Parts: sequence; C-alpha cells; structure tokens
Amino acid sequence: MSDERFEVVIVGAGPAGIAAALTLAREGVEVLVLERGDFPGAKNLFGGILYTSVVNELLPEFWDRAPIERHIINRRWVLLDEDTQVALDLKSARFDVPPYNNTFTALRSKWDRWFAEQAEEAGAMIISETNVEELIIEGGRVQGVRTGRDEGDVKADCVILAEGANALIAERAGFRPQMSPRNRVSAVKEVIALPPEIIEDRFHLEGRQGAAIEYFGGAVKGTVGSAFIYTNYDSLSVGVGCMIEEFLRLKMAPYDLLDWFKAHPMVAPLLRGGETVEYATKMIPEDSYSALSDLYEDGLILVGDCAGLVNPSIHHEGTNLAMASGVAAAEAIIEARARNDYSKATLARYRLALEESWVMKDLKRYRDSVHFMLDNRELVSDYPDLAIRLIRRYFTVDDMPKDELLNGLWATIKNEVSFLKAARQMWRARKTML
Amino acid sequence: MSIDVRKYLQPHKCLTLEERLALVKCRFDDRSHIEVDQSGFRADPDRAVLFICPAQVFKLNETDDSCIVNYEDCLECGACQVARRYTSWRNPRGGYGVTYHYG
Repeated sequence: MSDERFEVVIVGAGPAGIAAALTLAREGVEVLVLERGDFPGAKNLFGGILYTSVVNELLPEFWDRAPIERHIINRRWVLLDEDTQVALDLKSARFDVPPYNNTFTALRSKWDRWFAEQAEEAGAMIISETNVEELIIEGGRVQGVRTGRDEGDVKADCVILAEGANALIAERAGFRPQMSPRNRVSAVKEVIALPPEIIEDRFHLEGRQGAAIEYFGGAVKGTVGSAFIYTNYDSLSVGVGCMIEEFLRLKMAPYDLLDWFKAHPMVAPLLRGGETVEYATKMIPEDSYSALSDLYEDGLILVGDCAGLVNPSIHHEGTNLAMASGVAAAEAIIEARARNDYSKATLARYRLALEESWVMKDLKRYRDSVHFMLDNRELVSDYPDLAIRLIRRYFTVDDMPKDELLNGLWATIKNEVSFLKAARQMWRARKTML
Repeated sequence: MSIDVRKYLQPHKCLTLEERLALVKCRFDDRSHIEVDQSGFRADPDRAVLFICPAQVFKLNETDDSCIVNYEDCLECGACQVARRYTSWRNPRGGYGVTYHYG
C-alpha cells in the first residue's frame, strides 16, 4: 500500500464510518475505509436498538432488504428491587407500520456488513484486516494514516476517524479528552437463542414485531446504569451497562452483575429455555457535551463514538447520532473538496452543521445528566427503591383501612426523604434527564 | 408448530465465564497487545483490573503478587486501560482477535 493516496481515508467500518463512505462515494469521491476486523461488523457491538431516521434517508425503505431483526412496537421501562418490578409500558399499533418509529433490533455483525456492502456498491473501497496505528501528522496537519501492514502508509486529503468508543488514535494524538471511568460505560451482553414462536408468545408479539425492555434502579444495584432485554428474530439480547466508576465503587465484575440480573425472579421467566450463543462486551462513550473536543482539525474529522456522540439519557440513542455525524462529515468534506481546502477553518462547517441539528441540540440538553446522576445517586437507588415500596404497599391487600394505609405511606415518605433536597433534585432531573 | 414447548419452560442455563468466552471466535496472535506495569498493579489497593475486565484477562499470580495477562481471552472493549492507567492496551494486529458472529 506504499504511496497509496486517496481523497478521503476513513478509520473504522461502523455506522459512522460507513454512512460517511456511502455519502462520499455517491458524490464520486475516492474513499477508502480501513477496518481492523475480518469484515465490517466483525468487532462491532451495541445493546441492540438501531435508530434509523438517518438510514431511511440514505437507503429509503431499507427494511425490505436489510438484515434487521424486529421492529419495536413495545417499549417498557422497569424499576426493580430484589423481588418486585414496577413498569411503564408503551405499546402501539402506530409503531407497527412503516417507518416503524425508526426503531429496530439488529445484530451488528450482520447489519454493519450489509451497510458496508451498500457503500461498496456506491463506489467506496473497504479493506478489512487492517489496523490503523496512528495518524500521519506533518506540517501541523493530518496527512494520512499509518497502518500495521508493511509499507502501510496511506496518504489522504482528509481523514475521518470512526474508530469507536475505545478512541485510542484520537486520544493519543491529543484530539479528544482522556477516556475516564466517569465518561465510559462498560457493557456486557449475551445473545440467548430462542425459537421465534416462543419469543412471540412470551413477549406478546406477532410476526416481526419486537419488544425492548430496559431496567433501572435495583436491577443494576442502584448504580448509574441499566440492564436490558431486546427481542431479536430468534434470540434475545440481554445485558447490563454501568459507568466504569460504578463497577470500581462496587468492586464488582460486569459478568457477575449480568448473572445477578438474569437470575432475578422478574427476569428469569423471560429467559427460560434460552441458550446463550454469544457473550460480548463494549464500552459506551458518555462524554458530556461540555467536555467534547472540537471534533475537527486540519485534515481530520471525528465522528460517532470516538467523537463522543451518544445520548446518555433514558433515550440511549447512539447509532443514529453516529450515522448523522458520518453524513455531516461527508458533506463538510464535499464542500472542502470543491474549494480544495481541507483546513480546520473550512472543516468547521462540520461542527456547525451538527450544532444546528438534533445531534448537538440533544447532547447539549443532556450535557449534565451523567455527572448529575453520579453525584445524586438517590435518583437511581433510594428514590426508585422507595417508589417500588410505596406502590407495592398501596396495592397490598390486607384489612387495613385505606385512610390508615395512606397515612402510613406519607409517614414513610416524610421519614425517608428530605423534601427540599428531593424537590431540588427532581427539578434538576427534569432539566437534565427527561 | 413442532416445538417442544416443555423444553422452553426449563430455567435458562447460566454459563460460566470460561464457557462464555469459548463461544467467541478468536484468532490468537503470538504476541500480547496488553501490557501491565507491575509496580502500578501492586500499588493499586483494589487490584481493580482483576474484576473490571469483562473477560477476566487479568489474574493474580499469588507466588510473586504479580498480574498475569491472558491476552488471548481479550474481547477488545478497552475498559482495563480506562479503569487503570497502569495497563496499556493496543488494538490487536489487523485480522487478529475477536470476530463476533452476532454482535
């Protein structure tokens, strides 16, 4: 590959890198994607929900031909304590028709591979089994990438870094703040095989309908994190993810938390008879908006997870932000190409486009949510626990007159909650988390 | 429907970590992509890498109180280095390491 030169080199064949490659290739830009796995998707992972508003713009009505698992018509948010669950359940026939609320389950090894094929058909070149070790920086600007292959330098007018959550290249070059236990979630997941008929019966679904259940509070031992069960076509994705700081605080291994969750009396019946066919792990970036770097340099743009573009609120969106950033990066580069100027000043168009879109508007809204929760753990431990106890007690049938019952509940609340503190926390929670 | 429903009323069998790791396809390199600074490890009162790694790559060698690195088990998340900077993690060489079948 010595003396190879492309107009654009993209590091990483995930949703962000491929969305950029597809957009660039369609404009006739010579684009090379370097992927360290055996094929695009080989090392890629997420919990399981693919948000598809951007995909549907790039590849209209992709669901007819793409390897998706199920479209989500049922979402459930659950609080658990050691033996009880309280849930908010949303299920709608409106989500059962195109575009299916832009919410699908997928398995990344299959989905990313297919998505990459669409970019290849548009003219992008993708080379797998190639690790990028560092950026080539000369004269103060990024000139290309150094791969692990012999004579493996590849020069480019512009590089797009789409290396994912473990953002080693960006971090080492000083183009993003250091990863830390307070801005990285560690998540583990199992794919648990079950026949489609059993899944449909157990989760009250028909055909390709799917369910997405997320668990908070005691489900993850009152930590800043969550657990999940997502229905694929013939398997479940079951996992937990918490801020690394939380695992450090509990001195607990992620797989032990997962096993504890799977054995919970409200969870175990959903997994009956299922056979674990894969175990996987990934970090999730939850960089606060205020801590993001510029995301563009002379001859370089950062996209997706390595840029820190994940919505850390209850929405947990990531793939759609990744793809939106890939498209925005491509559009900024197309403009730079027309001017033959890939300087930082020109590529600033990328950040501007993100700021004007829902991507940065959402990240800005939730900029404090993770730190707010880490510093106000009552919100994920004491309050959910109290809410479950109150609701359970209220509906516990015995011979106590309801007046007495309600007085008892009020006394419990007064006893356990500082009203002023709770009111302040709820007000801020509304502003930072909802 | 020709499914034996009774089979799916049995409890889910929780695998050991070793059994789970054996499910992941992996091409081993003959050199490690993870280094541990042993003095940093010994100075860590929590020995955090022993539990923070989802693949239990790091094990304690009790004879000399050092950290053993089973890099072949690595699932390439990178959490070790984020949790404790006395570990140093690089990507495995291109074409090596894990390949997820589902992902």
